[in-house]
Amino acid sequence: MQDIVKTFPGVRANDHVTFEVRAGEVHALLGENGAGKTTLMNTLYGLYQPDSGAIYLGGKRVRIRSPRDAIAHGIGMVHQHFKLVYPHTVAENVALGLSGAPFIGPARVVERRLRELAARYNLPVDPKAKVWQLSAGEQQRVEILKALYRGADILILDEPTSVLTPQETQELFKVLERMKEEGHAVIFISHKLDEVMEVADRVTVMRRGKVVGTKAISEVDKPTLARMMVGREVVFRLSKGVCQPGEEALIVEDLHASSDRGLPALRGVSFHVCRGEILGIAGVAGNGQRELVEVLTGLRRPRRGRVVILGRELTGQSPRKIADCGVAHIPEERIRMGIVAGMSVEDNLILKKHHRQPFSRGPLLNLREIRRFAKQSIEEYEIMTPSPKTPAKLLSGGNIQKLILARELSGQPGLVIAAHPTYGLDVGATELIRKLLLRQREAGVGVLLVSEDLEEIMALSDRIAVMFRGEIMGIVPAAEASLEELGLMMAGERRAKEAA
Amino acid sequence: MDWESWVVSTLNRALAYGTPLLWGTLGEIYAERAGVVNLGVEGMMILGAFSAFAVAQSVGDPWLGLLAAAVVGAGAALIHALFTVTLRANQYVSGLALTIFGLGFSGLLGARWVGIPLANPLPKLTVPGLSQLPVLGPALFQNQSYLTYIGLFLAVVLWLVLYKTRWGIVIRSVGESPATADALGVNVFLVRYLCLAFGGAMAGVAGGFLSVEYRPAWTEGMTAGTGWIVIALTIFAAWNPLRAVWGVLLFSGLYHLAYRLQAWFPPEFLKLMPYAFAILVLAIAGLRGARQLAPGALGIPYTRGEK
Repeated sequence: MQDIVKTFPGVRANDHVTFEVRAGEVHALLGENGAGKTTLMNTLYGLYQPDSGAIYLGGKRVRIRSPRDAIAHGIGMVHQHFKLVYPHTVAENVALGLSGAPFIGPARVVERRLRELAARYNLPVDPKAKVWQLSAGEQQRVEILKALYRGADILILDEPTSVLTPQETQELFKVLERMKEEGHAVIFISHKLDEVMEVADRVTVMRRGKVVGTKAISEVDKPTLARMMVGREVVFRLSKGVCQPGEEALIVEDLHASSDRGLPALRGVSFHVCRGEILGIAGVAGNGQRELVEVLTGLRRPRRGRVVILGRELTGQSPRKIADCGVAHIPEERIRMGIVAGMSVEDNLILKKHHRQPFSRGPLLNLREIRRFAKQSIEEYEIMTPSPKTPAKLLSGGNIQKLILARELSGQPGLVIAAHPTYGLDVGATELIRKLLLRQREAGVGVLLVSEDLEEIMALSDRIAVMFRGEIMGIVPAAEASLEELGLMMAGERRAKEAA
Repeated sequence: MDWESWVVSTLNRALAYGTPLLWGTLGEIYAERAGVVNLGVEGMMILGAFSAFAVAQSVGDPWLGLLAAAVVGAGAALIHALFTVTLRANQYVSGLALTIFGLGFSGLLGARWVGIPLANPLPKLTVPGLSQLPVLGPALFQNQSYLTYIGLFLAVVLWLVLYKTRWGIVIRSVGESPATADALGVNVFLVRYLCLAFGGAMAGVAGGFLSVEYRPAWTEGMTAGTGWIVIALTIFAAWNPLRAVWGVLLFSGLYHLAYRLQAWFPPEFLKLMPYAFAILVLAIAGLRGARQLAPGALGIPYTRGEK
């Protein structure tokens, strides 16, 4: 790929990017969120058309106008969010859009070849199973098989490990080795340095739409890559004081709740969070974390069990009642649930308190007081906004998150419930938000941190609970936790001895 | 009247009344399986009814009338496709507009045809041999319409296509997860256009059946809410062509029974039946969680890329 330029309204996502991959290698594409990695690969896969630049395959210039062209040229892509038809079977998913499959009964013919391929690449999966019944790791195998079935020589994997347990990640790496031996070229998109060091032969680092450099993995080490990625030195460890747990800020007893589909999502969850402590909830996405947060914040009714927050029984109470008792909620989907996108920064800052002194008296708002509070928050939380009147949706993800924290933490909460607080944020914003959470802990606030980012969980938490299929597999003091043990629990293995 | 003749005549008339419902429902199932709700069924049916009558009366061949109805129905559905698939307008609003347009436009064009009986209606069919069977013969095989049997045959074929062929996988995938289909090189827009056009053609024939066979004449608004029952039956059938057959028979059987009981019910009751049924089905579907059975991307226009 040579000199690729792709501009979206307001951003140049790819700025004269040149990238090459060889047969029989794993080539990592490394960069922060928003560096332009996925845009570049979507261009290669024909989902986007580049504004300028050319793509060469085996020395010949090609034009890729659609995924169909890409597939015909032997390019396959496994997207970060799987492109699967969940109610259909594995075989039906593979047969979808497959030229050359028989008209009648295509699934049956596909099944046979699928078994061969699965054996050859060591990707076991039942062709007759419905996709929604499979684990994330198995779904990923289906995606890879789909590409292999179509004869992909070049396979693009976009953040493939983000949904996997550490063990599943290791299995994936073995598959990639196998593919290398068969002469495929693998492009591995990631922002995780450890994985890149482990699996890649060469690495290309991108920052803000540009290529910083391409290196053989033997020539680089982690700090070098991090510097290339971020553009400055990165501190890997957060300094953290000794945990001094106080009284219980949150007690959860035998909590049961259903998911949106009416299936059991929480099955007897019990734990507690003390003041001055961060409890991390780890687990692969979709194991009940979302439902847990929703029950605790009053957005979902539990079927059974008790929730005691700051000494008050608050099971099944309304979100406002719970918030009024001193609970700060940093929601999972910050734009959908965290802000009213079309409203101004200052309006968003008082969303939770607009009905109380000093922001309102009777039916009237005290605009001067609101403005004063907004200015103070913007300064204190380093929210980059042109003015307090700017619509919140125009802010970047990091600044939206800072706005949410400013609002939620301003009322001196006793308990903070943070769901994926740094997901998709750049390194600067991530650092600031983690520091803010630690500051809350130092101030004697109980923090419940739900995250899929194991590194984040390990760095911030005092104790770590792992959720699997709506149950807590075990709670480990962070100091004793190892990646292997957490990984096993994330895959559903119960902890042998429960930590006190 | 004795018990046997009640059953026989109810079944016989249920098949007749159910025929347009079946055609319409099969068509709407395909449209919705591809992810597009078309609330314009009533409009497409009435346009079909009018064009079938006009052509049949002018040319003298009811079959040509039905062909015209299919073409006009498909054409009307393509308007809906243009708005909802290409321009990504709200599917419900566009569909409602199509229904209102169809009712109004057919009334305008049809003003001078009102009240004229059709010279050559579609012939009735009595199946030789089978019609001699006791009970079943008169119930199912005497004085039936060709369209009834073609409709039942189509239900089986459409079921096979949907679940056992490559096209079926494509159609269902486009309705469940268009982004997936797109990433595998399927032309999502084309599939949706074709399924909508097919649904429109089916609805057109359903309307044509009413004006060249069921009541061979043209009356303004003669579909009388049938299109809305089709929408309800599509949900009732859980988007499955074979289940549609049972849904149609059940509803048209009930409808005919109510018709028989007219002595005790005011005629307004019959008129409100279709709408009451539609509401009832939606309520039951809501309670039973029909959302889970519905195609995943139903009602959502597709755009490539999130940016």
